[in-house]
Formats: sequence, structure tokens, C-alpha cells
Amino acid sequence: MKTAGALLAVVAFLTLSAPGAAAQGERIASSWTVATVSGQGQPKGYVEYQKFCSACHGEGVGRPGTLALQAKYKGAQPALLEKRTDLNAAVVKAFVRNGDTIMPFFRKTEISDADLDAIAAYLTRNNKQ
Amino acid sequence: MRTPPGVSQSDFAEALRQFEAVVGKEWVFTSDEDVALYRDAYSPFWGEADELVASAAVAPDGVEQVQAVVRIANQYRIPIYAVSTGKNLGYGGSAPVYSGSVVLDLKRMNRILDIDEKNAYVLVEPGVSYFDLYRYIQEKGLKLWVDVPDPGWGSPMGNSLDRGGGYLMPQYRNHFDAHCGMEVVLANGEIIRTGMGAMPGAKTWQQYKTGFGPWVDGIFSQSNFGVVTKLGVWLMPEPDSYLSGTVTVPKYDDLAPLVEIMTWLEDTRATNGMPFLGSPLLSGGGLVGPGGPPRDQELLALLAKPNASSSPELQQYAEKKGVHYWSCTFSFYGPAKANEANWEFAKAKFSAIPGAKFVDGESYKLPLTPEQREKVHKPQFGIPSLAMFSIGARSETNPTPTDGHVWFSPIIPRTGEAIFEANRVFSEACRELGLPAPVFSLPTCFWERSFIFLYGFPITHDPETNKKNRASFQRLVKIAAEHGWGEYRTAPAHQGAVAATYSFNNHALLRFHETLKDAVDPNGIISAGRYGIWPKHLRESKS
Repeated sequence: MKTAGALLAVVAFLTLSAPGAAAQGERIASSWTVATVSGQGQPKGYVEYQKFCSACHGEGVGRPGTLALQAKYKGAQPALLEKRTDLNAAVVKAFVRNGDTIMPFFRKTEISDADLDAIAAYLTRNNKQ
Repeated sequence: MRTPPGVSQSDFAEALRQFEAVVGKEWVFTSDEDVALYRDAYSPFWGEADELVASAAVAPDGVEQVQAVVRIANQYRIPIYAVSTGKNLGYGGSAPVYSGSVVLDLKRMNRILDIDEKNAYVLVEPGVSYFDLYRYIQEKGLKLWVDVPDPGWGSPMGNSLDRGGGYLMPQYRNHFDAHCGMEVVLANGEIIRTGMGAMPGAKTWQQYKTGFGPWVDGIFSQSNFGVVTKLGVWLMPEPDSYLSGTVTVPKYDDLAPLVEIMTWLEDTRATNGMPFLGSPLLSGGGLVGPGGPPRDQELLALLAKPNASSSPELQQYAEKKGVHYWSCTFSFYGPAKANEANWEFAKAKFSAIPGAKFVDGESYKLPLTPEQREKVHKPQFGIPSLAMFSIGARSETNPTPTDGHVWFSPIIPRTGEAIFEANRVFSEACRELGLPAPVFSLPTCFWERSFIFLYGFPITHDPETNKKNRASFQRLVKIAAEHGWGEYRTAPAHQGAVAATYSFNNHALLRFHETLKDAVDPNGIISAGRYGIWPKHLRESKS
């Protein structure tokens, strides 16, 4: 029940602190970003990474994925996935399709296999050949 | 591949073939690998035989395809379970309530069908997420805000139909209340439009909610009477300015007048953003409003005692150190001068509580600059985010992350007395159940006439722990009901138990729901079991 305690404590802490329309419409390319991402001059997979991963694993305030990896590796690996040089495509795909701890897995209607290939390419671009 | 219960393999194979003919082979998922992606990532039954899982999934890309799929399902008696973006984590995700159902995944239906800046509304399909709608509004340069819940990857449709909430002005904060008009596919494949949408060529479908005659929209929320394919949502016109301010009060008993004045101010619209209650004393730092000093040894010793929050010793400590017990932080959306005047008015009202102090907070001319957007609590400015997922995640202070969470979330009256009583009752319950009781909990969400009291239960991948937590959760549901507090929303694992507490006159309301279910979905194909409503052929075995 240790974990239960941890979560309850976290929540307790937070609670204390804190004609019809046109049939066609406009189709939205779904993503979890607040800004439109441009891939101009960027490596393959940059756009997909920004669209589907950066809300948690990006840089800046309130990115739980980055904070979790900072706590996990304590500097032994970069907390930002984009800066890693040791990932391979299979590992990236396994995390996206299986999840890990609080991170859920993603359906193919959200992140397609093609999107995932691009994300894997992006996160392995810095690896030594 | 699993076959839905009660369906022959040959019928299922034929139905899947026909689904493929409607949506394309690519959008019918039957392999174990693909279907596993429809598990509830935060399932309280994770890995157990009772885990609620799909047999297949079908993802249509338009209302005509939804109609066709529903007709096929009706013909072959295939149970289907509709999800919009499928991100209702903590409340079931994309997994069905009736194990073996085919998930009707509406994520591909991602069109914004109509948006009106002057009248501040939008008409969306199920797959449009809060992020998508926000980005669309930014790209078009519209002066509109969306009231977003904490996780922004959910949909306005799904969150409204599951009756979630946000942070902005009261008329937008309750997302079901803020919807206006819907289109629904019934179990026989027929389409209805509600409110003004029932009139062909209506000019006000998203502007007048109730139309003519019975207003049936409510029966399509937290239910299974149809598949909603379009939803109108009222948006908030971008205000001129934002101001926040915090009041703190010194004594334990001050919580009651603090809440009373806070509620009056909001109900008269002198304040209009969601208030936050906090405790400089108990939080030892405070994320919301001014924190107290870090907890010293003396305070920690006092907090370790039973019933610490109200002990005379703690009250003496607070007085001695000059640390205030409670705080309330307000948000004001409106013209800058009006915000300032309203804050001054609030200060005058709170001055009735002896010792009340005030701290001026952030003040912004809107829209926010990009730098401001990065540092604010985003949902309070209608900006979607996923920062909420830091709860239970690995962090410097939480080295053992959870595998998800579910929320125990009863509705309690909007008074300080109710907060005290809820703390007393749930602290006692936590002791009885061997759960760690927080020193004190304050409501997290504020409806116009009530609070949501929120406790998180972790999800683990250990069946024994999950089993104990499920039992504790359902015990809390019963204890809450004994005190007149009901859950506002819950995960599929607990929907039956919660529905059973709404039992006035021998469960007359549930029986009414069942009468409706039998009338509009006689074969019981749509989302069987959702929110405790089972079709006739499963009622005895499942209820």
C-alpha cells in the first residue's frame, strides 16, 4: 500500500495547494500540441514527435515525461528523449504500443504505424552509425 | 481472436466482413496486437481474468459509416462500445464495460463542422481533441477560449458526455451544461438531432439548447441510448484581462465563512473563474496561493497525531507562528478595471473575517504573450496541457511511480461545514480500510452549487493490490452514500456499485433507464453496462 500512500499524498497535497453545419466541415490533423508544427528544415519524424510526444516529453514547464526521466536517470542519460543517442526503433515502438507506468499506450487511430516509424527515426537520428 | 459473448463465430466473421466493407479493411482491428491497444491502460483489473477487454475494434470516418456499422451490429446482435478519443483515463479509457464488445472507435471523425466567433460556439465530431480545437482557433485567429479539462487530449464531445469539468466561468466549467445540440445515431441506424436541430434548416442549433418539447440531451450522457456523432459546445469569448487575488484567514473555523463568502461572490458573478481553496498551514509551502513556512519538526509532530487538522495544539501553533489556516485564490476574467473593482469588493466582503489578509496575484492583459503562456496554469487560460499526468508519475519526490489511477469523487455541498464533515468521515473510513489518510483534503473542483471531493487510488500491475483497492473504493462509495454524497462519475469497474447507491424508491431511476434502454435499443447492442445500464438479456447476470 506504499504506492497508494504516495498517490493519496500527492492528491492531498494538490488539494491543499492546489441545418446542421456543412456536412464536410474542416478536418483536423489530430495532435497533442498547442501550436502548428512545421517540419521545414527539420529531420524526419520531427513533426510527428512534436505532435504526439512533446506535450509530455518536451522541454519546458509541466512536462511529466521529461520530469520522470530526469528522476529516473539523474543525469546519467538526458531527460529529453530528443537528445538520447542510445535508443533503437524497437524500444521506441515498444514504449508507444505498451506504455510504461503512468504513460498509456496508443491506438493506431491515434498514432499510426507510419507516424511511429517516423518518431522512431527521429529518436534514433543521433545514434552513432 | 475473441468472439463477443453470445455471438456465433460465423455471425461475428460475417459482421466483421461487412464492417470492413463499410470502413475499409485497414480500419477494422482484429489481431491480438491491435485489439490489445483498446485495453484500459489504467484498468483496476489489469491482467486479471475479469479485465474488461474488446474483441475487435472498428473505426468509421463519418456519420453514414457509423449508421452502417450500427445497423450491421444490430442485425448480428454484436455488442459495440463507442469511444470518442478514447483518452478517458481513470474512467475506463477505450475499453468496453461489457467485455468482448467491439469498440466503435470514433477518433477518425475529426472535423470541426461549424464555428462562430460572434456567437461563440462550435460544432464538433467525436474525434476532435481539446488540443485540436485550441490549435484550430489559434490558426484562424479567433478570439475564443475553450474550457478545457486537465488532460487536453480528450475530446469536447467525450468530456461533455461523461460530464467532466474545467476552470473558466461557471457557465462553461460544467462541460455537459455548456453543450448545445447533438446528433445521435440510434441502435436502428436512424439519426436524430436534438434541440433546435430537430427543425430542418434551423438557424439556431448551437444557440438555443432546448428546442421544443422534452429536452432529451441528458439521456445521451453517461449512458448507452445512442452514439453521439455531433456536439455543439459553447465557447468563451476571449476576455479583455485576467486578475487573480488570494485571501487568507487565520483560524480553523474560518473555513465556513470563507466558503460562504466565496460562494456568494461567485453566484453574484463578482468573481467568475474557478476558485482554489488552499491551506498555508497544512501544505507547508502551498502550490496555490501563498504558502506557509516549510514544515518544522514541531509542525510535523503535530500533524502526525490523530485528527491533527483541528487539534487545539495545531491551532495554537498556527496562532503562535502567525500562519494562516486557509486560503482562497480567485480568478477574474473581464475588463481590467472591472476585475480590480471586483477584487476590491471581494476584499471588503472577506474583511468580515477577523484577521483576513490579502495578496494580489497575477494580472494579465489578454491574450497572453508566448512567455506568459508557458508559465501559467494552462487550463485556467483555456490552454490544453498534459501536465496533470505528473500525478503518480516518477519524480524526485516519488521514486515509485504508479501504473495509473482512478478517482473516488463524491459530490458534497458547497459549504465549509460539509468539507469538515467529509474530512471526518473519510479519515475514519481510511483508518478502517488501512488507507493512508491525508491530514486534510480540500475540494478540487467547484461546480456552481457543489464541490467535488477527490481522492486518487493508484493502479498497479499487482492484482492483489488492485483487488484491495477495488474493495476499498467500493466501501468508500457506500460510506459516502450513507452520508448523502454520491459519485459524479466513475470508472467502469465501479459503475454498477455507484449506480446502486442512486436507489431512491427501490431503484426507480435505474428501472426507468432500463425501460428506456429496452425501448430504444431492444437488442441491447450499444455500450452495454455503461453507467450501470444493462440491456434486458444481460440484466440478471450483470446487475
